Amino acid sequence: MSAVIIARHARTPAERFKDAAWVAFVALLLGIPMVGLTTVDQGGALTVQTRFGMLGAFVGVSFVGRFIFRWIIDQFRNRRAAKAAVAKVDRTPQVIKLIGWVVLGASVTMPIMFSDNRYVIDTATTVLIYVMLGWGLNVVVGLAGLLDLGYVAFYAVGAYTYALLFSHFGWTFWEALPVAGAMAATFGILLGYPILRLRGDYLAIVTLGFGEIIRVILVNWTELSNGPNGIGSIPRPTLFGLPFDRNPAEGTQTFATFFGIEFSGMHRIIFLYYLILVLALLTNVFVSRLRKLPVGRAWEALREDEIACKAMGMNVTNVKLSAFAIGAMLGGFAGVFFAARQGFISPESFTFTESATILAIVVLGGMGSQMGVVLAALVLVLLPELGRNFAEYRMLLFGTAMVLIMVWKPSGLLSSREPTIRLNKAAATGGQP
Amino acid sequence: MMLHMEGVHAHYGHIHALRGVDVTVQVGEIVTLIGANGAGKSTLMMSLFGKPGASSGRIVFDGEDITRVPSHLISRRGIAIVPEGRRIFPRMTVMENLLMGTAFADPANFNADIKRIYAMFPILEERAAQRAGTLSGGEQQMLAIGRALMSRPKLLLLDEPSLGLAPIYIKRIFQIIRELNTEHGMTVLLVEQNAHHALRVAHRGYVLQHGEIVLAGSGQELLASEEVRAAYLEGGH
Repeated sequence: MSAVIIARHARTPAERFKDAAWVAFVALLLGIPMVGLTTVDQGGALTVQTRFGMLGAFVGVSFVGRFIFRWIIDQFRNRRAAKAAVAKVDRTPQVIKLIGWVVLGASVTMPIMFSDNRYVIDTATTVLIYVMLGWGLNVVVGLAGLLDLGYVAFYAVGAYTYALLFSHFGWTFWEALPVAGAMAATFGILLGYPILRLRGDYLAIVTLGFGEIIRVILVNWTELSNGPNGIGSIPRPTLFGLPFDRNPAEGTQTFATFFGIEFSGMHRIIFLYYLILVLALLTNVFVSRLRKLPVGRAWEALREDEIACKAMGMNVTNVKLSAFAIGAMLGGFAGVFFAARQGFISPESFTFTESATILAIVVLGGMGSQMGVVLAALVLVLLPELGRNFAEYRMLLFGTAMVLIMVWKPSGLLSSREPTIRLNKAAATGGQP
Repeated sequence: MMLHMEGVHAHYGHIHALRGVDVTVQVGEIVTLIGANGAGKSTLMMSLFGKPGASSGRIVFDGEDITRVPSHLISRRGIAIVPEGRRIFPRMTVMENLLMGTAFADPANFNADIKRIYAMFPILEERAAQRAGTLSGGEQQMLAIGRALMSRPKLLLLDEPSLGLAPIYIKRIFQIIRELNTEHGMTVLLVEQNAHHALRVAHRGYVLQHGEIVLAGSGQELLASEEVRAAYLEGGH
């Protein structure tokens, strides 16, 4: 595109020559009386002398000067035109993609650099849990536009499913993961049915209630959930059956003995970090793919205009339920990881504050933006951590930061939306001759 | 016969919005429904889609009774609607909007269909990658029509297509409707407040008042009719 514009403005060498020659001619006309002729005082009488050498130099300098001057002007003009042409093409998606790769690279190499700093890796793991939860909730809130204030319920369902499957049937992390996801999805549909006809504020209130119901059940149904005492000694995930224990059980191997390295408590921490990184990345790929499928586009269309969706013959019921189910399933997966990482869960971990934090991550990041969720999760988890030095002013600082972000970026940190379908090259050039 | 509504009654809660309406649309016709605000024009159109469903009477489309068919299945039988107020998806691109119209069409036809729409509305091709919300009102109306046509409907319903448009676009939209009918053989049911334009473009028209058809005839007849002139043509416009 820029080539076209340069071609339109650029002068051919012949044109440049003509332009400079014209200026030189004017210089010659002006130069004859001003430079070419001079008066000399010769013993009291003025005589006119010619200075053809000087005149020639004058014209020559004009010619060359004009040539260079014109060329510089053209260069500037072209650059500005090229810049304007480039500015018309929105570069935001590329920039976001670049940020994505940088963040990914940083998150893969991070534990290697901080391999002896448990605090850093623990915090990073927390960030990733929130990123995953944010991506899950993004399906419901960001894409389908259904405001869900009780998302933590699915997180809890996932965590408790694993905890109970282990304590009753001795299931491992990897066995429980898909079941817990399915369980959370079922609860998502269960929540979805009664609220199909609700939108906006009403929907938000019912989902808020749902989140509380799950928590209250967990507190009070002591036979099932062990009530406020929670469920403990949940086993940590293994690497293809290799546990991260100090001493191998009779006849088995641990991660350390298998690879013949010295046992370190950090191995498990780093493994957990990479595990949630992989889970989160899978979530991201999954959701990005879904977005480009008809069901994803249907979610977005639903967010935009429900009545138009119905007029298009869309089965709005199924679209809504699928959004709830998939969002809930992703929350359930995150819950299983949470239970495995903590080793202990109680209803206290699943309060409304958690729902609010996850929702804040989605909104702060820019509804529907995958990269935005990452940035917002970083901000929301790291800000309180960095603010620890400020003791009692910590949450005040945190709140102020959130208000400021919403003032400066009212539609979220990254609010640009990437189209789910692009023009092919031929169509693009056809549109802009 | 493309569409036949027979003694259709419909209610919004306690409001008796349609009181025994008979409307017929033949293949290849443009039929218009005119009437004042609240006469039941939009209700009639929505009751075709079962929202609100007909409480009594019969709706037959293309030889099949669709009175009790669920809303989302009706459009799959070949009725497409351009809803009142356009209702495009503002944050999605023009192309994505068009794609939404094909949700249940054969994907093999997509390329051919989108070319057809772009040929009809070249502006949509120019703006294909642009967010639909950034289009002007008239362009949005073209997009809404294009989106409806993407599903290759047998019957196209247009609900107040001229609403809120600049006069130049109003003319253009009615020209498009006429072209759709003459060049593409599209059967059109048009609901309009702009009675003058609507009757000029339509083969036949119905006048709706308080949920009842009070007058029916060819577009020319209605345009000439004293009652229509007094009530809809010489008053407000």
